Amino acid sequence: MKRVYVNEKWCLACHLCEYYCTFAGTGEKDMARALKGIRTNPRIKIEEKDDISFAVSCRHCKEPLCVKGCITGALTVSDGVVTINSDKCISCFTCILCCPYGAISYADDKTVLKCELCIRTADRTPACVKGCPNGAIVFEERG
Amino acid sequence: MAVNYIYPEYEVVRNYDRCIVCRVCERQCANGVHEYLPDLNKMTCDDSKCVNCHRCVALCPTRALKIVKSDNTYKENANWSNKTINEIYRQAESGGVLLSSMGNPENYPIYFDKILLNASQVTNPSIDPLREPMETKVFLGAKPKAIKRDAEGKLVDNLTPHLTLSMPVMFSAMSYGSISYNAHESLARAAKELGIFYNTGEGGLHEDFYKYGDHTIVQVASGRFGVHPDYLSSGVAIEIKMGQGAKPGIGGHLPGTKIVGDISKTRMIPEGTDAISPAPHHDIYSIEDLRQLVYSLKEATDYKKPVIVKIAAVHNVAAIASGIARSGADIIAIDGFRGGTGAAPTRIRDNVGIPIELALASVDKRLRDEGIRDNVSLVVGGSIRSSADVVKAVALGADCVYIGTAALIALGCHLCRSCHSGKCNWGIATQVPSLVKRLNPEIGYKRLVNLMNAWKHEIMEMMGGMGINSIEALKGNRLMLRGVGLNEKELEILGIKHAGE
Repeated sequence: MKRVYVNEKWCLACHLCEYYCTFAGTGEKDMARALKGIRTNPRIKIEEKDDISFAVSCRHCKEPLCVKGCITGALTVSDGVVTINSDKCISCFTCILCCPYGAISYADDKTVLKCELCIRTADRTPACVKGCPNGAIVFEERG
Repeated sequence: MAVNYIYPEYEVVRNYDRCIVCRVCERQCANGVHEYLPDLNKMTCDDSKCVNCHRCVALCPTRALKIVKSDNTYKENANWSNKTINEIYRQAESGGVLLSSMGNPENYPIYFDKILLNASQVTNPSIDPLREPMETKVFLGAKPKAIKRDAEGKLVDNLTPHLTLSMPVMFSAMSYGSISYNAHESLARAAKELGIFYNTGEGGLHEDFYKYGDHTIVQVASGRFGVHPDYLSSGVAIEIKMGQGAKPGIGGHLPGTKIVGDISKTRMIPEGTDAISPAPHHDIYSIEDLRQLVYSLKEATDYKKPVIVKIAAVHNVAAIASGIARSGADIIAIDGFRGGTGAAPTRIRDNVGIPIELALASVDKRLRDEGIRDNVSLVVGGSIRSSADVVKAVALGADCVYIGTAALIALGCHLCRSCHSGKCNWGIATQVPSLVKRLNPEIGYKRLVNLMNAWKHEIMEMMGGMGINSIEALKGNRLMLRGVGLNEKELEILGIKHAGE
């Protein structure tokens, strides 16, 4: 399955991925209109210290602990993609505690937010991958 | 200083309706132009630090930024321009020589823009390159004077070492040090994929790049930095750099701050020492001396590599080229006064040398008149900006062209002409690790390959239009050129007729 991978060597810590990610989630056409004055809730986040930086998002694990831990069945695996059904999420945050990568966060309404590989967008290419200026985030098949 | 004489030349204009305060501009500016004001949750900027490199403009996700030329002006004066006045203020403050980067930006004639190409109509057929074969391959090196046959009448291979290129364009000399590791890797990989060559410049060859040796021209310049036997034999040709179009008669100076780590190792000089290339080669004071170096290098590489001699286009370039053509060199490279540089004294860059179009035309004519044109191939550089320039240069007599600035622009350079600051925001002319990584060679080499493939298509289209199906048949074919708005003398030097003639 194609997943989002991050090559730390080329990450510039520009944080553009976070903004493209948030924008993709809004469904708006114009980024300025979509993101002006709001608190961004990206599903991908840059971790950085000194000269090292890289983006972190859901790995879509083969045996996802978050799905195992979800008490309402809000998190499921569909075609390998760990997806969230916000209607079922009761904001218990068990998944956030379970995830060994710190890849899950929550939205303003306290429902869980996580990367779904932009499967709900029109062209099905993750926005972070398209938006990375240095090819540090890739969407590819790896063993 | 209490009095600030100079108002910023460019202003950063931010559209606050579109700015989402993502702070990408702030993170990406090595010059510290942008700043976040937490109390106002707003971005602000200091125009005086801006070099107009467009990194922030290009990365702003909402197109909230643009850079405009300031309309702040001194009292209008045709003689004392704002620029001239500012330069005096700057020198009155610093007491130093003004430094500049990249090519001469001043308003001198650009002869390529005053030359038009021919096309076939009615009486001679044009060729459609999409349907018919079209050859852009060129060979560089000395051509044999006569065909030799053995006793049985079979051809004797008396061809001197040659370079074979898929198209008449090479990447010109830019040293590792003046440009980054990633820029060099992009050039090397692109040259390999395209079947052309890149040039190490005077900085030695990084050990990681020996694998691209089949597509590398190694340079020997006056400082001899990084030159050793393995280096000489690692490339396909050796270039002796006598001069550079951006700064004829001037040596080079790479500041010690850039001589770090691998650069110090590659240049074979201690870390932190200035790399000073003398203005002349201290062992070359005549064509005879040059001949000695040419043959030393040939001897060192078993006569397997063609030797290129690169000179800047200066007033008596034709006579100099005539000497070089007799020195044993296989290829002459001429660099015009618009050629780029990582740093040069402004007055030299803007006032020394001559246009490459005139230099090329006069050198080609001189060598033909003297019957020694086949002794050497001619490569010209110094602001070849497009495929049309390539075609015009070939028709004026060049075998091939060098591109430097165009290649850097393909890699992201925005010609902000601040290379000498060492803080290139595009990761090209810098050695700061966090800036160097901004140029991902995986992306960079593809952009170079795209540019060259695009030019190749255009070259074929223009050749086809002229009814020529081989670039060799265009070489020196000045009948394919006409001048517009040129005077008699210019036309005479260029060896072309005026449009309408």
